[in-house]
Amino acid sequence: MLGPNGAGKTTTIGMLTTRVVPTSGRAFVAGIDVVREPARTKACIGVVTQTNTLDRSLDVRENLEFHGRYFGMAGRKARAEADRMLEVMRLTDKAGARVDTLSGGLAQRLMVARAIMHRPDVLFLDEPTAGLDPQSRLGLWDVVRELHDDGQTVLLTTHYMEEADQLCERLAVMDHGRILALDSPAGLKKSVGADTVVTVQAEGDVARLAAALRGLDGATDAQVADGGVRLYVQGADGALPRVIAAAEGAGVTVTDLQVREPTLETVFITLTGKDLRE
Amino acid sequence: MSTTTATPVPAPDAAPAALGGWTPLSRKAFLALLRRDLTVLRKELRPFVARTVMQPLLILFVFTYVFPRIGQGIGGGGAAEGPAQSAFTTLLVGGVLGSTMIFQGIQAVALPMVQDFGFTREIEDRVLAPIPVAGIALQKVVSGAIQALLAALVVLPLSLVVPANDVRFAIDWPIVLTFLPLAALLASSLGLVVGTRVEPRQVALVFSLLVIPMTFLGAVYYPWASLDPLPWLKWAVLVNPLIYMSEGVRTGLTDAVPHMDPLAVYGACVAFTAAFLWVGVAGFRRRVLS
Repeated sequence: MLGPNGAGKTTTIGMLTTRVVPTSGRAFVAGIDVVREPARTKACIGVVTQTNTLDRSLDVRENLEFHGRYFGMAGRKARAEADRMLEVMRLTDKAGARVDTLSGGLAQRLMVARAIMHRPDVLFLDEPTAGLDPQSRLGLWDVVRELHDDGQTVLLTTHYMEEADQLCERLAVMDHGRILALDSPAGLKKSVGADTVVTVQAEGDVARLAAALRGLDGATDAQVADGGVRLYVQGADGALPRVIAAAEGAGVTVTDLQVREPTLETVFITLTGKDLRE
Repeated sequence: MSTTTATPVPAPDAAPAALGGWTPLSRKAFLALLRRDLTVLRKELRPFVARTVMQPLLILFVFTYVFPRIGQGIGGGGAAEGPAQSAFTTLLVGGVLGSTMIFQGIQAVALPMVQDFGFTREIEDRVLAPIPVAGIALQKVVSGAIQALLAALVVLPLSLVVPANDVRFAIDWPIVLTFLPLAALLASSLGLVVGTRVEPRQVALVFSLLVIPMTFLGAVYYPWASLDPLPWLKWAVLVNPLIYMSEGVRTGLTDAVPHMDPLAVYGACVAFTAAFLWVGVAGFRRRVLS
C-alpha cells in the first residue's frame, strides 16, 4: 500500500491486525473475520508495527523464544526456532543483548524475525523502513525479498515510491482512506497512458502553455503544476524541440525541462492531482 | 498507534463480546504470557524483594520493636510487654500483609502498564498474541496476584522475627488458603484499574491520593470493630477495599482481636474484585484498541 502520511495505511493495517475496531464494514484475513474472531486472526498473522514493541525486559533471544511460546510452541521448539531465526536474520552474536541496546536496523530485523517466527499466513509490515539509515533499509529490502521468494505473503505499507516499486507485486495506491488504484507497479505506470512525462518550468502564462502543449502530436494530457506544466506524451520521439517551439509560440520562457519515464509518483499525481510528498 | 486515523473511532466497548473467540491456542498463549512475567520477575528478584520488604519492615520495626522498647504506648495497652502489646503486634501483621498486597498489586500491574500505555507501547506486541484482548488483561491480573501472594510470603517471616514480643498466631488454614489468593486478586484487579486509567505524570498522585489514604484508613493499624467511638468513620471506610483485606487476613491469622463477619469480608472482596475486573478490562480494551 502506497500513500502519503495520513492516507489511512496504518489504520487499515490496524484494522486487519485487530488493533483498530472498524466503524463499519467487515474485513477478512486468510478467510477469518477479523472483528468477530480476533484471536484466530492473530494466530495466522505476523505484524511489524511502526513503533519498537520489543520486550525490553527480555533479551534478544528471549524475545523470540517467548514469542514462539505465545504462539503455542513448546519450550524446546521455541528455543530451537529462536536460534534458527537469529541465524537467518544474522543476529546470533546479539542473542544475549538487551533489546534497548540494538540499533534501529537491528531492532527492526529482530521485529521482523519475531513476526515471521510462527510462520504466519500473512505478514504485515507497517512502514518497515521508516527511520532507518539507507544501508539498513537496503538490508531490510533483501529480507523482504527473500521472504517473498519463499512464498510468504507480505502486506507492506510505505510512503516511499521507490520501496513500493522495488518490493511489490501488487500495489494499492491509497489516499484519504480509499484505494485509488490496484495493479502491479508496471501496470500502474502503464495506466498513466504515456511513456514519457515532460515537466516544463516556465515564466509567463502557464495555462496558455498547457493548452498549447495539449495540441502537440502524441500528447495525452498536460496539467498546470507548481509554476509549470506537466506534459504526458505517448510514443513521440523528439518531442522536446516541439515543446520548446510550442512554448515560444505561447509567449512563455522555458526555464527548466525534465524528461522522465512515468514513475509511481506520476501515477500518484495523475490519481490525486497532488505530489506524494505534499 | 493509528496516528493516521482520519475519522473518529468508536468506543471499543461496542466491539463483540470481550472473551469471544477464545481458542485452544489462546490458553497456551495465556500460560506463556504468565511464564514471561514470572521470568521477568525471577530476573528482577532482588529489586522485587527490596521494594516489597521495605515498608512492612519499617512499620513492624517502629511499631512492634522500637515503640515497646522505648515505652511508647500503642495498641491500647501501653505496656512494653504483655498480652496487649502482643495482640497489637498480631493484629498489625494482618494489616501489614493486606497493605503489602495492595502495594504489590499496584506496583506489579499498574506501574508497568502506565509505562506501556504512556510511552513504550511494548504492550502492542503482547496484544498480538493469539488471545482475546480481555484475556491479556486477565493474564496481567493473575500475574499480579501471584506477585502479591509472593510478597505476602516474603513479608510473613519478617513479622515473626522483627517484633520485640511474641506474635501469637492462631492460624485458620481454610481461611488463609482461600482468602490470601482472593485478596491478592483484589489487589491486582485494583492495579489493572489504576494501570488503565492513570497517565504517566499522575503516578505520584496515585500513591499520595490513593495508596496512602487506603493504607491509613484500611484497618492496617487497628481492627475495624475498634472504630466504634467514631461511627461516621467506621461506616465511611467501608468503601476502602483494604479494610476487608486486612480484616480477612487477620481472621485467618489470629482470634485475639474482634473481626468483621467473614461472610461480609468474603462477599465484599468478591464484589470489589468483580467490579475492578469489569472496569479494568473495559479500560484495558479502550487503551489497547482504537
